[in-house]
Amino acid sequence: MDFGALLDISWGSVLDNTLRGLIGEQFIYFALAAIGLNLHFGYTGLLNFGQAAFMAAGAYGLAIITQTVSPLINDDEGIFRLGISDGWMFVIGVFFAVIVFPVVLAFLMGIPTLRLRADYLAIVTIAVAEIIRIFLRSPRWDWLTGSSDGLGGFSGTFYDLSPFDPGGRYLFGLFIGNQMFLVIVGWVVLAISVLLCWLIIRSPWGRVLKAIREDEDAVRALGKNAYSYKMQALVLGGIFGAMGGMIRAIGFSLAQPDNFITDVTFFVWVALILGGAGKVFAPVIGASILYGVLNFTDVFLRQSVAKGVVSENILSGTQVGQVRFMLIGLGLALLAAFRPQGIFGNKEEMALDDR
Amino acid sequence: MTASEKKSVAGRSLPRVFVAALIAVLSICWPGSPASAQDDGAEGVDGEATESISGTLRTRDEAGETIFVEGVTFFVFDADGNEVGSAVTDAEGVWSISLPSAGVYSVQLDESTLAEGISLRNPENNPLNAVEVQPNTNKATLFPLGERAASTSSTWKIAQLLVDGIKLGLIIAMCAIGLSLIFGTTGLTNFAHGESVTFGAMIAFMFHMVYGAAADFEFFGLFKLWSNGRLLGIPGTNSLVFAGIVAVILSGVSGWLFNEYVWKRLRNRGASLISALVVSIGLSIFFRYVFLFQFQGRARFYRDFQIQSQVSFKYFAVAPKDLFIIFFSIAVLIGVGLALQKTRAGKAMRAVADNRDLAESSGIDVESVIKWVWIAGSALAGLGGVLFGMTENVNWEMGFRLLLLMFAGVTLGGLGTAYGALFGSLIVGVFIQVITWPAWFPADMKNVGALAALVLILLIRPQGLLGRRERIG
Repeated sequence: MDFGALLDISWGSVLDNTLRGLIGEQFIYFALAAIGLNLHFGYTGLLNFGQAAFMAAGAYGLAIITQTVSPLINDDEGIFRLGISDGWMFVIGVFFAVIVFPVVLAFLMGIPTLRLRADYLAIVTIAVAEIIRIFLRSPRWDWLTGSSDGLGGFSGTFYDLSPFDPGGRYLFGLFIGNQMFLVIVGWVVLAISVLLCWLIIRSPWGRVLKAIREDEDAVRALGKNAYSYKMQALVLGGIFGAMGGMIRAIGFSLAQPDNFITDVTFFVWVALILGGAGKVFAPVIGASILYGVLNFTDVFLRQSVAKGVVSENILSGTQVGQVRFMLIGLGLALLAAFRPQGIFGNKEEMALDDR
Repeated sequence: MTASEKKSVAGRSLPRVFVAALIAVLSICWPGSPASAQDDGAEGVDGEATESISGTLRTRDEAGETIFVEGVTFFVFDADGNEVGSAVTDAEGVWSISLPSAGVYSVQLDESTLAEGISLRNPENNPLNAVEVQPNTNKATLFPLGERAASTSSTWKIAQLLVDGIKLGLIIAMCAIGLSLIFGTTGLTNFAHGESVTFGAMIAFMFHMVYGAAADFEFFGLFKLWSNGRLLGIPGTNSLVFAGIVAVILSGVSGWLFNEYVWKRLRNRGASLISALVVSIGLSIFFRYVFLFQFQGRARFYRDFQIQSQVSFKYFAVAPKDLFIIFFSIAVLIGVGLALQKTRAGKAMRAVADNRDLAESSGIDVESVIKWVWIAGSALAGLGGVLFGMTENVNWEMGFRLLLLMFAGVTLGGLGTAYGALFGSLIVGVFIQVITWPAWFPADMKNVGALAALVLILLIRPQGLLGRRERIG
């Protein structure tokens, strides 16, 4: 340990990256996915551990329509020659990504499990997410999904709309042109989603969801079809998750199966529980803090290794990424054990309780 | 403060010291911390050079047995394209080339030296470019080889798959009994159970391959704890058998520690089952990445029983170690079954799993039963990990990969029952292998088959084969 070298760390880049974590693209993807999970778990009490599958549905909905289907129906060698422009194919892709794929997935996931007790749902949703990831990885369907390399190169249509200079730097130099455009679109989507979520929860429909969370039998006794309400909640939350996945895919211009491993779901859970399940703003604040902290530790540790504050014998560059995951795991365990209601949650209303 | 809390405060100091000592020993001795990352003996690193590139060239035959490829030439070129050195793989497939300095290199495998029937899986990755070597490190590179051309053995595919499936099923069963009994006695769905499996496999690796291969290991510079790879010089202590016994004991201890310091406290605080489930997920992520941090991402192999020629039966061929695994697991599982059926402790476990309140009111010390469930369940998971490591390999996420199969087995058999876990896991293991029988079924989708079966069984019979209706609530 050489603490004198702490001065050599470029604190400017540490600050930049922390800010990017707090408000940047990663925060947006995970905040959207966490809003979906909040509808599932925070309001309806569904233990969904397959949110990564919904994110994958969003990413692949767009990727498959624009990269696999578009050549088949538009090109001269294709089955049809409809000649739909790239712009319209992108719009169709967004429709599939946000509506068709997540709805189909929610039905696939929900039909066998929603009648079961909470922990069965946890096991099955994890299993379904893994099935989907293995399916996306399989070389057998390479023509459709691009197997483990995934599908890429569909963001051009989106960035063509950008009013920003691709080479310029915006917002105190935090984002380059295309990033700035993505982040602004992401913020708008996020704001609309939060508003929508708030309206939904205040509606009579939302009160039924909360009632299911508190006591499903009582809801049934009142003549409500709890199964149907749970399915609707699963679909709606899945749509928010798919939006997160789709924006992530646009950001990377790539949909790849290993971006949707089980650990991604766990990240979303940390964001939600950190903020406090069952609060409208909790997923947004939770995701922001999570990525602020993660980016800070990541850049700080990398710089510490590079400048010799921490000896390479203790921590090597590749191990920094692993330390991030350890922090997430430990953070999740400690939060669930000591402050299950998160930062904003209300212990009486919502404390990750039995239901 | 309740009576039980007082008791735990009073009795805390001794276990604390023990825990601290155990953690200290483990953290000092753990393999693969960056300073000693390359001394696992398996990679055949040149001891003289400070920087080197090395690798082990291995492939698998039809039955999944590892074969080391000898006599293949490797070249290393520097950034300007000048040859830095070359090496030929030895009988264990190991090659190593020492470098003049740290930097970026490219590695080429001379494909003309590969034996007939062996080819690179990714020919486009040869030469391997932009291999970055850090100062004072050995960079391990990987050249995956494709499947060897089919051998002409006269095995009957379905019989072979059945035997492989039974082996896998027995291992899953051994790991899953603890998962099911912990659920039955405490209601906890323990997502960190997979890490108990990895823990067992890694402890065995540490004793077998790190200390067992080290020349000397001094205990805080006081005396030679290990000399010539043997504990206090006692013969046989570098074998996998000894390492396996240590691994089972330490896994049991870890189960006790986790129950004592995490789960019992959560229960006493009245934490809900869902927050306990989330805690277990957090612990699972944490330990998985601790394993990756210490052990790095590649797969490792135990030295003992690594390469064995297959024993051919009429319809199938099986390596002696796999035969051992099958019979040994059957013996262990029968032992577990008898213990659950005949001994007082076993009957108490089943009673608590069946109906906790009834068991408690009939005078059974439930906390003590839960403690023993944790100890026995973790020890069995550790043993399963060692066996799984023997038949496949040891890596940081082996347990997590097995976890979903364990859940599939346990759910199939009926969550919370001991025999259900056994029965369900066997079916899952056999199913995974046999599903690849039709040639059109892609082998990489076989786990999907098991997981899809899990979803299906929940549709048809959610309580599992041996479970009872009211469990699913």
